[in-house]
Amino acid sequence: MFDKLADRLGQTFKNLSGKGVLSESNISDAMREIRRALLEADVNFKVAKKFVAEVTEKATGERVLKSLSPGQQVVKIVNEQIVELLGSNAEKLELTGKPPHVILLLGLQGSGKTTTAARLAYLLQKKQNRRCMVVAADLQRPAAIDQLEVMAKKAGASFYCDRNEKDPAEVTRAAIHKAGLAYNDVVIVDTAGRLHVDSDLMEELERVKAVAKPDESLLVLDGLSGQDAVNVALEFNEQIGFSGAVLTKMDGDSRGGAALSFRAVTGKPIKFVGIGESVTGLEEFDPSRMAGRILGMGDIVGLAEKAQEMFDAKEATKLQKKIKTNSFNLEDFRKELVKIKKMGSLNELMAMLPKGMRPAGADLDSSQFTQMEALINSMTTRERLRPEIINGSRRKRIAKGSGRTVSDVNRLLKEYRTMKKMMKRMRSTRGMASMFR
Amino acid sequence: MNLREKLKKSRDALNRKLGLVFGEGVDENTLELAEEILLASDLGWELTELVLERFRKEFKLNRDSSWKVILVDILEELLPENKSWSSDAKPAVTMVVGVNGAGKTTTIARLSQAITRDGHSVLMGCADTYRAAASEQLALWGERLGIPVHTSIEGTDPGSVTFDAIKKAQTLKLDHVIIDTAGRLPTQKGLMDELSKVYRVAGKAMEGAPHRVLLVLDGTVGQNALPQAQQFMKFIPVTDIVVTKLDGTAKGGSVFAMARELNLPIRYIGVGEGADDLVVFDGRTFVEAIVGGND
Ligand SMILES: Nc1nc2c(ncn2[C@@H]2O[C@H](COP(=O)(O)OP(=O)(O)OP(=O)(O)O)[C@@H](O)[C@H]2O)c(=O)[nH]1
Ligand SMILES: Nc1nc2c(ncn2[C@@H]2O[C@H](COP(=O)(O)OP(=O)(O)O)[C@@H](O)[C@H]2O)c(=O)[nH]1
Ligand SMILES: [Mg+2]
Ligand SMILES: [Mg+2]
Repeated sequence: MFDKLADRLGQTFKNLSGKGVLSESNISDAMREIRRALLEADVNFKVAKKFVAEVTEKATGERVLKSLSPGQQVVKIVNEQIVELLGSNAEKLELTGKPPHVILLLGLQGSGKTTTAARLAYLLQKKQNRRCMVVAADLQRPAAIDQLEVMAKKAGASFYCDRNEKDPAEVTRAAIHKAGLAYNDVVIVDTAGRLHVDSDLMEELERVKAVAKPDESLLVLDGLSGQDAVNVALEFNEQIGFSGAVLTKMDGDSRGGAALSFRAVTGKPIKFVGIGESVTGLEEFDPSRMAGRILGMGDIVGLAEKAQEMFDAKEATKLQKKIKTNSFNLEDFRKELVKIKKMGSLNELMAMLPKGMRPAGADLDSSQFTQMEALINSMTTRERLRPEIINGSRRKRIAKGSGRTVSDVNRLLKEYRTMKKMMKRMRSTRGMASMFR
Repeated sequence: MNLREKLKKSRDALNRKLGLVFGEGVDENTLELAEEILLASDLGWELTELVLERFRKEFKLNRDSSWKVILVDILEELLPENKSWSSDAKPAVTMVVGVNGAGKTTTIARLSQAITRDGHSVLMGCADTYRAAASEQLALWGERLGIPVHTSIEGTDPGSVTFDAIKKAQTLKLDHVIIDTAGRLPTQKGLMDELSKVYRVAGKAMEGAPHRVLLVLDGTVGQNALPQAQQFMKFIPVTDIVVTKLDGTAKGGSVFAMARELNLPIRYIGVGEGADDLVVFDGRTFVEAIVGGND
């Protein structure tokens, strides 16, 4: 996607070669592409429009840097602008003053409130040593109380419910009272999911909030949401009010433009993101990672850092040349394997690549490296330098020599080709690492 | 409130806005409004471009119709064909799949109620042995609606629950069995493999089962709808789409685009949390809700 976006931008800048300034006229085509990328990432169309106008203003008149193509430069400006909009720092929960502190969770049906309640308890107990109580104030969804009870147990938090009470405000009041007596530091209130257009349920939530007097009210927002996220955020903010958001289901492959929409229309911070279904799956929100995701660029910053650790400059130049001349052979492959083995898992590295750049079938773990090294070791020098000569009978011999099977050899060759492809792709976005330094 | 009223409520605001330009020629203003409507419904950039292109052409030919009607017509034409579904199998086995929190369990309860009301018998099987209190949730629905439920404890193999549920429905000579599955994101490879396995196990319990696979999507979903459905289809042959939560302000345009791309029929829509809030999909009503107006 970074590829695609930078490529497309490259097209629009055909006539602007490495010199001159970005002008309104040569930017306007690029901005159409940016707008498209934002829309495809689920950024609300109004937000996208305003964003593009702002970026245009910012970019106009900028000198084109030598090290970057104009396309890359525009992406850089866009990326910076998104990070800025998302908030430069991860904002923490504000739980100061006299305990028990109250956190109220609100949002649409199925967005992840109950899971988040348990996760917050887990996180606060583990990281800040606070004693947490979770409260079942969702009296709407069948078995919602049971669900929270199970999750609370997994989180090791106290749990409060009243299966006979019909009023969630009353449940909340009683829970906070009890939390005070039991020396709980934090009370986390799970509420029923509701639509912002459902006036009865919104009124009910207002009453719960009035009783809870929360230190933090967090809107739990589904990370897969589209354009409607803006309506949800605005309406909940106006009718109930909140201090921030939690963006869930970020283990999926949505681009997460809702984050930008949310931030742009409410000005409130996103404090956490939800990953997976376990009670441990809550992470602090990271604006720059999020920006990369929205632009489909993967975690470029993290990748650049890793890459820097991995290659020293001289080796890198040599490798670049090899890739360029397409002479990356099995011997080089072996060297890379050794380096990667030092770095950690290849999957981890792959996960940081933008999706479009991730080679299909790249699924390696370090335990396989040793085996692959052994296979390469039993090849002749000629085979290592010119892998294309490895035919059927050579495969058999290599397999035998290393005590492996022919299909192991085949797999190795496939991985080698994958790596070669990946290297080539990384090269084609050259300047990628330098631009985000 | 009935469906029409519900849908109407959410588009009234839009109506007011649109009323101003009703009947005018296709100037830049109208085009921009049309684009906004389409994008705001989550139709996506690509399909929006396609619709607008047709819109320009159609407008020249139909100068006397309102532009909203033209837009509705174009959208309706783009919907995938909706052949009706029936099965001679007894029990007819339906599997329900989708991402977390999409509305699978609620859909099953409502579908089962509709089946019962039609005078047929049904068993609900809970193969969600993963999420906390999933079987309690389905069991409560069963109790509420007087429909039998087959469950097992958390952590049981979902394949074996599915097998047992189908066998039970056979023994009891029931007309339908509907299998609930745990919500999962397609990026969770292990869980997706599990889904394929449940699918195969269903086939072992009964030749030809499952007879249909419903993919449930949350109506608020954005452009992830397409990759989501595509990836599910790599693991299980989805036959029909259900869109939920259309009682809010979301329009489900991304599901439209996905269904069109994959040529899958949208079968039902969810318009509330209650047992009656599932209605058979009607293309015209759906696209009218997207465009707003035309009541
Ligand atoms: N407003 C509205 N809420 C709905 C609709 N369908 C389901 N819900 C609510 O959405 C929430 C999730 O629904 P479930 O049926 O539990 O969803 P699921 O896909 O089974 O969820 P998991 O099993 O947790 O993945 C519940 O609170 C439902 O009441 C709908 O059409 N409209
Ligand atoms: N994959 C994934 N699933 C999640 C996440 N957060 C919640 N879920 C699941 O989404 C569904 C709805 O979550 P729940 O907490 O019940 O939502 P609620 O209705 O807002 O309380 C459940 O199946 C959860 O297990 C997340 O971050 N990632
Ligand atoms: Mg809940
Ligand atoms: Mg369920």
